[in-house]
Amino acid sequence: MNVQGLWRRCATMIALFLWALPVAGQEATQRFVAADAAPQTSLLVRSTTDISIFAPALEAFVTQFPTVQIQYEQWGSNALYSDSLSACEGQSLPADIVISSGVHQMVDLVNRACASEYRSDLTAQLPAARIWRDELWGITREAAVIIYNTDLISAEDAPRTRFDLLDLMRRPSDDLIGKIATYDVEASGLGFLFAFMDSQEAATFGGLLEGFARVDAVATCCSAEIIEGVESGQYKIAYNVLGSYVESVQHKNLGVIHPEDYTMFLSRGLMIPKGASQRETAGVFLDFLLSPQGRAVLSKSTLIHDNNSDETSTTLSAERYIPIGPTLLVAMDKQRRGRFIAKWRDTFGMDAQE
Amino acid sequence: MTNAASPAPLQRTLLSRVMGGVLSLLAAGGILVTIAAFAYGKSAARQSFDRILLGAANDIAESINIVDGVPVADIPVSAFGLLSLAAEDRIFYSVRGPQGEVLTGYEGGTIGDFSRNDLTEPAFFDSTLQREHARFVTVARRFSERDFSGAVFVTVGQTLRARNEMALDLAKGAVLVTGLGGIALLVSAFLVIRSAMRPLDRLTRDLSERDPYDLTPMPADGPAEVAVMVEAMNRFMQRLDRQVGAMKNLISDAAHQLRTPVSAIRAQAELAIEDDPENRTQRLEKLVRRTRSLGTLLDQMLSRAMVIHRTENAKPTVVDLRDVALNIFEERDHEVLAPDAEVELQFGDTEVIVMADEISLREAVKNMLANALRHGTSPVTIGVSAHEGTGEIWVRDVGKGPAEDVLETIGERFERSAASKGNSAGLGLSIVRAVAEALGGEVRMEKSDDGFRVTLALPIAQEVQTS
Repeated sequence: MNVQGLWRRCATMIALFLWALPVAGQEATQRFVAADAAPQTSLLVRSTTDISIFAPALEAFVTQFPTVQIQYEQWGSNALYSDSLSACEGQSLPADIVISSGVHQMVDLVNRACASEYRSDLTAQLPAARIWRDELWGITREAAVIIYNTDLISAEDAPRTRFDLLDLMRRPSDDLIGKIATYDVEASGLGFLFAFMDSQEAATFGGLLEGFARVDAVATCCSAEIIEGVESGQYKIAYNVLGSYVESVQHKNLGVIHPEDYTMFLSRGLMIPKGASQRETAGVFLDFLLSPQGRAVLSKSTLIHDNNSDETSTTLSAERYIPIGPTLLVAMDKQRRGRFIAKWRDTFGMDAQE
Repeated sequence: MTNAASPAPLQRTLLSRVMGGVLSLLAAGGILVTIAAFAYGKSAARQSFDRILLGAANDIAESINIVDGVPVADIPVSAFGLLSLAAEDRIFYSVRGPQGEVLTGYEGGTIGDFSRNDLTEPAFFDSTLQREHARFVTVARRFSERDFSGAVFVTVGQTLRARNEMALDLAKGAVLVTGLGGIALLVSAFLVIRSAMRPLDRLTRDLSERDPYDLTPMPADGPAEVAVMVEAMNRFMQRLDRQVGAMKNLISDAAHQLRTPVSAIRAQAELAIEDDPENRTQRLEKLVRRTRSLGTLLDQMLSRAMVIHRTENAKPTVVDLRDVALNIFEERDHEVLAPDAEVELQFGDTEVIVMADEISLREAVKNMLANALRHGTSPVTIGVSAHEGTGEIWVRDVGKGPAEDVLETIGERFERSAASKGNSAGLGLSIVRAVAEALGGEVRMEKSDDGFRVTLALPIAQEVQTS
């Protein structure tokens, strides 16, 4: 089983490589230019963030710095990691900025000396958990939330904690079978990170996996897909969805819960790859995102979660941050990851499907 | 004199010399301490971070299990938690099987140049990680399971930022403390030295403010070294004072004593020119007598000045008083001075040794003899005798000696009356007295049935007496 999985992953990696090498790998691209501007510099940003969510920040930046245009490419986190790694090894051209929610992958890239240093007053103000080696910075603050379809689940049935969710899944009724969704940890770097951090955070993770197995939960890719699924009623509940994606658009029938036992917070990692051609402009871009003005725009785009606007209040003690630092390298360990994914697959019955 | 008293501007002060010495000593010490502090900081940082590295490697080694005949590491977060104590450093880790194949962790890198089979102790080594200097440790864990036998090697490495920072911090702390200590030492050294130098300063100030003609002794307080210096200086000044005094006396005596005879000579000379030719011979004879007497006076004044100068400057030597008496007798000056007088010599067989300047002594005795010949009654005896630790050299005539009132004032520097009369007995005796004082002796004048005797008594030299 293990060897089989390994093979499969290798195949995926190779496929990704081949796929990434020509042009592709990105899911969407967009160019940002200030109105009536003749930009002299082009900044290539590769990010896992949806264009629609990040666009206001990018537009604000090019408005303030009209000589710069931004070529924005949206990537999946695993693809972005492989691309950055191959760029680091000199096999392809690096971007000027890489932003990923797969922070453990970013930490690994920095550890492999794939990033360049940058220092400014603004980066110096970042708390220790959001900066590493002056090469990786956390620019956002996004919560992992539980969402549910308000048409299908009543407010009092909605799980406020992971224990509630467990209880819900343990109920003898069949109405949740195939109706609970979460990230596929293999396809999504962020999904893996969330699940991995969950597994370290509390003993509930074992129970959750067992519960997921019981209700035949669906592991699928990508935030937008999951949110759509819950909205349309395909899924009733989704676990560990990135709150920023949910809140960026008004949804009529979506309930958002910040789990009260603990809520995980993610800070997207930004790095300036080694050998980036526009390193100085990249620094300006980073400073812009960290400046009060940039933070205001990100906050408006829900990328910086504001506690006061919570639908459900989380106490400070229930906040768990994913710290940007070398401990995340554990999540990149081959054997540990292998075991984790094997267990995950067991739960979601993927081997059976194969 | 003023030029000599003010210090030459190029000369460094003693304080600045000593402070310079202290400063260079402290600087040398500071450099040594800094080097030592850096070495110490480096080794302390190396030790503590090596322990962290080893702890992480052991954590990982501990997590290895054999699953289906394959070693599988369940990398513990705590291992990386340990490593992230060095928050800014890159991490390398790899778990390798018996053949060196990477089971998990980073490919590449080295696990150190040791023979794998005899790795029982953790092996630390230095290498590079992503072109940065880094420190590594490899530990081995041996398995003897049914389906797996052999060693699994865990290598953990980390770059040196935190180590260097810690080393620098430690060194900085040590250097700061020693630096402050050094400054405190310097300040206290300055204060101590300055207070020790204060007597010298005072001496310098006293000297520079002193009137160049003020030769009075200076207060000899302060530490021994300064007191010695002040004493030497005082001695020097006293001598100078005496010499200046002698010089003054000589000048004033000369002025005083020469005025009368010179004006008398002039008067005689004028008279000789104006007077009748028959009286001229008589006048000229008077003139010659006056001139000779002036010559004698000049001789005595010069000899007195010489004696006073010699008593200050000439070192006393061993002198036998009998030699002095004999020499004077044999010079036979008295035959010129008083051709009619009879002079005898009287001394015993034993030598009479004193410490004296022979020339001064001879001058004194000559004067005594000349006085006796001039004023006393022949025969005149020059004698030497020893008496209760004193050596005596004396001149005796058979006359009655001078009058009582003359005796009282005799031997002062000069006698106005005597000088005005053109004789110089007072001056001659003052020379005797000066010699006696300089040699620690005394002058005695005694009248007896035998006549009038002037004695110069000097202490007998001790070491010669005992030998």
